[in-house]
Amino acid sequence: MLTTDKEPSIKPLFVKGPSIGARLLVLSLLCLLLIFAGQRYHWLELFESRVSVIAAPFYWVANAPARLLRWGSDSAQSRAQLIEENAQMRVETLLLRGKAQRLASLEAENVRLRELLNSSALLDDSVLVAELISVSPNPLQHQIVINKGASEGLYIGQPIIDAQGLMGQIIEVGPLHSRALLITDASHALPVQINRNGVRSIAEGTGLLHELVLRHVAASTDIRVGDILVSSGLGQRFPAGYPVAVVTEVTNDPGQPFAIVKASPSAALNRSRHVLLVFSHGSAQNRE
Amino acid sequence: MNNANGLLVILLTLVVALWLSIVPLPLWAQWGRPEFVAMVALYWVMALPERVGIGWAWLLGLVQDIVEGSVFGEHALALAVLAYLVLILYQRMRMFTPLQQAAVIFLFIGLHQLLCNWVQALSGNSSTSLLFLLPALISALLWPLLALLLRVLRRSYFVR
Repeated sequence: MLTTDKEPSIKPLFVKGPSIGARLLVLSLLCLLLIFAGQRYHWLELFESRVSVIAAPFYWVANAPARLLRWGSDSAQSRAQLIEENAQMRVETLLLRGKAQRLASLEAENVRLRELLNSSALLDDSVLVAELISVSPNPLQHQIVINKGASEGLYIGQPIIDAQGLMGQIIEVGPLHSRALLITDASHALPVQINRNGVRSIAEGTGLLHELVLRHVAASTDIRVGDILVSSGLGQRFPAGYPVAVVTEVTNDPGQPFAIVKASPSAALNRSRHVLLVFSHGSAQNRE
Repeated sequence: MNNANGLLVILLTLVVALWLSIVPLPLWAQWGRPEFVAMVALYWVMALPERVGIGWAWLLGLVQDIVEGSVFGEHALALAVLAYLVLILYQRMRMFTPLQQAAVIFLFIGLHQLLCNWVQALSGNSSTSLLFLLPALISALLWPLLALLLRVLRRSYFVR
């Protein structure tokens, strides 16, 4: 029989190669190995940062509808609206510059006082603006992806802030983008101190977007609703002095060994689109 | 010729599924995101078991882990197990009505969610309520439509 086209071949009933059960066993063991290795050791970090670049096009596409909407609403703004917005921003800048005038002299005074006390001088932190391009789809994991990577000098453990307060820290750095853990994630804890009296504690995330909890706070601690919590700088990870949260609840149950203290984060964790990366210079003596 | 065309169609559907898995959803819908990647992978394993097997599902799971930022190996494990189950049952699954298939998909995606939750528990992030099973229900409801769409794609591009 002459045919000009290749005939469709009969599909074999028995596929060659290892049985599917064997394949499943090997692959699932490999998975478990990857999972445990990722937990206990950090071998995978370097590999993951290289490989995470394949996720970049997905973030770009997933972000596209939101970008399109923003571009549309920006283009549709009337000239009058833009002029008004411009004027508002000029006023705001003027007010902020006025406040910053005092900052320069306060900083100089701080340096002089520290010298008098023979302490090391504090250096300024520099910041870099980044944009949020993705949020973790898992509601239990509070992670965000930002559009700056190793090429801009990011490092693992770098703090992220927004206009109102501390947001989190970088946990993975890729070539084009990085992943950050927010302070409200259940696996995050951050050393804080109360602005009013310097009492130190640790603020842990609960997995809820608007709640941090301070554990192991003794019932006799001087802490009140409305207290501002700032980062204490202990642990060498977050620079000191950045606002973290405001205490919302202090419950002293006589039956419990510790007080129950809850705080609400100052940063707009689910609304900020632009974040600042802090390059902390720390103190002159402790800088590595 | 057919082979390359078919491969492109399969990869394209998987890429769209991956995109849908990270597209931002409003806050009230956070828990109800259907598992598009698992559904599309299961469809291809059911339709082309000689071509798309456990290895594909495993690799797809790894890519999903990278894109979603979950524990590396979490979705790979879940998808490999699901692919295995479908490879055993595909002859029967093909005979089911869409409703029966949706019920099976509900069980499969439920298993997928359980496995993912278990792996997340290892890293301390497990769910406190049973809400993590909601995607199974929503995926099952979407399944008849998705299977129809993929079948149309498969037939019109002669994916074999």
